[in-house]
Amino acid sequence: MKANNKVLIPLLLALPVWVGLYASLQPLANFLVSLFPVDRHSHGGEALFFFLYDAPKVLLLLTAVVFVMGIINTWFTPERTRALLAGRSLGLANILAASLGVVTPFCSCSAVPLFIGFVQAGVPLGVTFSFLIAAPMVNEIALTLLFGLFGWKVALLYLGLGLSVAIFGGLVLGKLGVEKYLEPWVQKIPQKQISFESSTSTFQQRLESGTQSVRDVVGKVWPYILLGIGVGAFIHGFVPENFMASFMGKDAWWSVPLAVIIGVPMYSSAAGIIPVVQALLAKGAALGTSLAFMMSVVALSLPELIILRRVLTVKLISLFVSIVASGILLVGFIFNLLL
Amino acid sequence: MFDVKVLGGGCSNCKTTVKLVEDVAKELGIEIQLEKVEDIVDIMTYDVMSTPGVVMNGEVVHRGSVPSRSQVEGWFGGKLEL
Repeated sequence: MKANNKVLIPLLLALPVWVGLYASLQPLANFLVSLFPVDRHSHGGEALFFFLYDAPKVLLLLTAVVFVMGIINTWFTPERTRALLAGRSLGLANILAASLGVVTPFCSCSAVPLFIGFVQAGVPLGVTFSFLIAAPMVNEIALTLLFGLFGWKVALLYLGLGLSVAIFGGLVLGKLGVEKYLEPWVQKIPQKQISFESSTSTFQQRLESGTQSVRDVVGKVWPYILLGIGVGAFIHGFVPENFMASFMGKDAWWSVPLAVIIGVPMYSSAAGIIPVVQALLAKGAALGTSLAFMMSVVALSLPELIILRRVLTVKLISLFVSIVASGILLVGFIFNLLL
Repeated sequence: MFDVKVLGGGCSNCKTTVKLVEDVAKELGIEIQLEKVEDIVDIMTYDVMSTPGVVMNGEVVHRGSVPSRSQVEGWFGGKLEL
C-alpha cells in the first residue's frame, strides 16, 4: 500500500492547486501585466495579456488532459487496437479504426512498424489508412488547445470533421485497391496469426503511466506552445483588425486551397500552430479556411511522409496525400459556406 | 551475461533507451551484449509495433517508450539470467 500512496497522495494534493490556479487565471494575468511598464490597453499591453493569460491556461489544461489520456492509453495499446481491427472488412471497421486512432498512443516515428504490424495481422489497407490519418490529426493535444483557445464547439467540430476525413479517406483508398502500390517487400510479408493477451495493469501502474505521459508530452511540447502563443500574442496586439479578411476571409474562395497547399509541407505540432490560427481568426480569417490550414499542417507532414516512403511507393504516397488533402479542402469549403 | 537488443530505427527515444541500459548495466556491474536493431524487417520479427522495444535474452520485455530506470534494474535482477 505504501508504494500506492507515493503516487496517489501527490496527485490528490495537486488537484486543489490545479483548480485554484485555473480559477485565478484572469486576475493573475492582469496582475502580471500591471508589473510591466505598459498600458494594459496599448498594443503591447494587449499582446502581453494574451500571452500571460493563454499560456498558463493552455499548459494547465494540457497537463490535466495528458494525464487522463495517459491513463486511458493503458487500455489501448497498439497491440490491442490491432487485435480489434484484424480480419474486419471495409466499412464499419474504418469508423472503429479512426476512433481508435484518437485513443491509441501514436508517434510518427513508429508509423512504419505499426503499418507492417497491421498488414501482417490482416488488417485491411483501407482500415489501416483510416487509423494512420486519424492518429496524428485528431489527438488530445490538438483537442485541448482547440478547447482552451476556441471553446468546446470548435473542438467538437474538429473532432467530428477530422474523424470524417480519416474514415472516408481510408474508405476511398481501400476501394481503390492500392495493395499493388505498396513497396514490393511489404507485399511479400506473410500474414500471420496474431495472438493477443491483454496484460492487466494495476491501478497504480495506470496512474504512473499518466504522470509519465505528462513528463513526456508536456515536457516536450511546452516550448512549441509558448512559441505559438508568443506569435499569436504578437498578431493579437499588433496586426490590425480585419487585416486577414482580405486574403483568408470567406469571400476569397481560393484561400482554402492555398491554405492547404501551404499547410501540407509545413510541419508543426498542433501545439505550435493552433495559437497562431486563433490569432488569425480574431483578425478576420474565416473559420473554414483556418481549420483547413490547421488540419493540413497537423495531419500531413513531410517528415512522416518520408518515414512512410519505406513502405509505400511514391504513387501511393501521392494518392494518400491527394485524398487527405481533398477531404480537408472539402471541410474548409463546407465551413465557409455554412457559417 | 545478458543478451540485450534495443529495437528502433534512430529515434531519439531509442538512443535514450540504449544509453539507459548501458548505464544501468555498468552501475550494477553486469556484463551485457548490447545490440541495436534498426532495420524494420528485423524489428518486425519480434512483432513490436511501437518503438523503442527492448528484448532481453530473446524475450520482448518492453515496447513503446523509454523504460524507467527501475524497470531496467528489474530486468537485470530478475529471473531471465541465462
